[in-house]
Amino acid sequence: MKWGRLWAVMLKELRQMRRDRVTLVMIVGIPVLQLLLFGYAINMNLRGLGAGIADQANSAGSRALVMDMLATGVIRPTLTVDTPQQLMEALRRGEISVGVVVPPDFERRRLDGREAVQVLVDGSDSVVQSAAVQIAQTPLDGSRALVAGTGAREVTPQQIGIVSFYNPERRSAVNIVPGLIGVILTMTMVMFTAIAIVRERERGNMELLIATPVSSGELMIGKVLPYVAIGLVQVTLVLALGSWLFQVPIRGSLADVYVASLLLVVCNLSLGLMLSTLAKSQFQAMQMTMFVFLPSMLLSGFMFPFAGMPQIVQWFAEVLPLTHFLRLVRGIMLRGADIGELWPEVAAMAAFTAVMMTVAILRFRKRLD
Amino acid sequence: MVADAQAIAFSGAAPAIRARGVTKRFGALVAVDHVDLTVPKASVYGFLGPNGSGKSTTIRMLCGLLTPNEGAIEVLGLRIPEQAEALRLRIGYMTQKFSLFEDLTVRENLEFLAAVQGLDRTRAKQRIDELVEAYDFADRQKQLAGTMSGGQKQRLALAGAVIHKPELLFLDEPTSAVDPESRRDFWEKLFDLADAGTTLLVSTHYMDEAERCHRIAILDHGHLVADGSPDELTRALDGRSFEVHASEPRRAQRALVGLDGVLSVAQIGNQLRVLVREGVAADASLAQALRQAGVDADVAASMPNLEDVFVSATHGAKAAMGKGA
Repeated sequence: MKWGRLWAVMLKELRQMRRDRVTLVMIVGIPVLQLLLFGYAINMNLRGLGAGIADQANSAGSRALVMDMLATGVIRPTLTVDTPQQLMEALRRGEISVGVVVPPDFERRRLDGREAVQVLVDGSDSVVQSAAVQIAQTPLDGSRALVAGTGAREVTPQQIGIVSFYNPERRSAVNIVPGLIGVILTMTMVMFTAIAIVRERERGNMELLIATPVSSGELMIGKVLPYVAIGLVQVTLVLALGSWLFQVPIRGSLADVYVASLLLVVCNLSLGLMLSTLAKSQFQAMQMTMFVFLPSMLLSGFMFPFAGMPQIVQWFAEVLPLTHFLRLVRGIMLRGADIGELWPEVAAMAAFTAVMMTVAILRFRKRLD
Repeated sequence: MVADAQAIAFSGAAPAIRARGVTKRFGALVAVDHVDLTVPKASVYGFLGPNGSGKSTTIRMLCGLLTPNEGAIEVLGLRIPEQAEALRLRIGYMTQKFSLFEDLTVRENLEFLAAVQGLDRTRAKQRIDELVEAYDFADRQKQLAGTMSGGQKQRLALAGAVIHKPELLFLDEPTSAVDPESRRDFWEKLFDLADAGTTLLVSTHYMDEAERCHRIAILDHGHLVADGSPDELTRALDGRSFEVHASEPRRAQRALVGLDGVLSVAQIGNQLRVLVREGVAADASLAQALRQAGVDADVAASMPNLEDVFVSATHGAKAAMGKGA
């Protein structure tokens, strides 16, 4: 490994990057866009969700309850039906986001203190789900107006049950933003490196490079280092926007957040390099990136709670760097944990990097056959 | 091997490249089939052959980018592919397709190559200034390589390939995308390099370029079908090349094509160029065939040229002329 050569490869990468408008735009555009999309979708105070009502009791009390729910403005009635089955169908077809079921024996149940009303919710949208929770706070006996004044009797919370469809766990913006750092890094870092090497092969630069004394290690590491810096720029961007726009707290140390991010960047870059030794064209490299990106997004615990997945899927998810990063970064940012306490995740990511980098350098031959 | 011996005696050194029985297979296809080569130092050695004849594959094996299935290669005294890394410091390689970075400027490309070749900063700067001057890039140093013309790109690629002053330079069809004037300039540069002691191995499918080489080898379907200096190769065809002047050249051509012993009949303007097989008393039989066909034509012996050599070697591979040279 000669520093002069390593530096030459890095400098070349940076100069090429500077002239590649698309990459430059993506470096900044992807984090900003994703953060705004995810962040605002989650944070927005939803109003006017389409709701279906099945009031089978049709008593004075039930009508008052439904009116109270509508009065919050969170839902607006778009459908009135007779049975819960019709509501579920409408929910499945996407006609409504929320369904309110008042059973025929509403009054009896209310007096018995049993669950008297069900709120059905399309949980595939986490915003909708939080709205349902809000609706479920409605007091059953119309005491909403009285609560402050008279200290009316307490409402047992179980009396309005929430049945969430399609998504078992509620997520908040605070939970999403730290995870988003990981998702963005996984997407951009793997893609940039996978493409960077395949592009040189496609354009014919590689034949020249391998005929020179530059070594596989110099070439690989020289290509990766500039992207490490770019990864950290993206992290900074997401953190700054996250705290400015969404008041996401950083309860642990900022340095720990960067160390964790650096680990993920290096993991993904070495993975990208490994993929680039497999891909024959830039298009294939993109496909492989998606092949890694989708399971990372779905199985790492970013979208769905890790604990809810079948054992075998959990084992698979343990291989993904994003899984470990999410545990690290949520621990640090949200629970104020120290990176040292989370050392098993750090070790897992370091091992992943070592394996991928070794495979990449071994697979990359300075030969054409 | 008389010519080899002379060339070696002349340069007073071991050959730059020695290859014996080199074979490369890609699946069922035999791209290069038992090729023997000896390239003397400080000469321009041409590789002539149609597309797909195995020129690029041979060059790639000689610089260690491809591993031969059979045979032994020695380049600059190093065993290839085992010692390919050591060889890379001493050779330059100009690929068939422009392989510098189109999104870097002329100077940035040269800086990158200088650093990769291990030149230190001061030497690199000095050498780049020298090359920029010699290769006429003084006012284009900041131009992106991708925006230059074909001829300029080839010049830049050559400058890049010689930045570390290699002893041996491989050029794979360097002028295939270049206009005639640029080609002439380019060859001037190649001879300058040869004069300075560099050995050059150039593949081409242009006859006029092959004629400029000190020695040429002709490849056809992976076989080496001719090897020698252009002079030797053309002289070996003495008495086999004819010119036919006819008022109706197309008719004359029809009368001669397919005649026993005739290898090729090519129309060049108003005359025909006829090449016959070795040992055929062609003079008389050509004239007779033309008379029988009722075509009014003169037949005259002509000086064989490299095109004849090429046709004879590739069409009549069985005749195997020059193989024993």
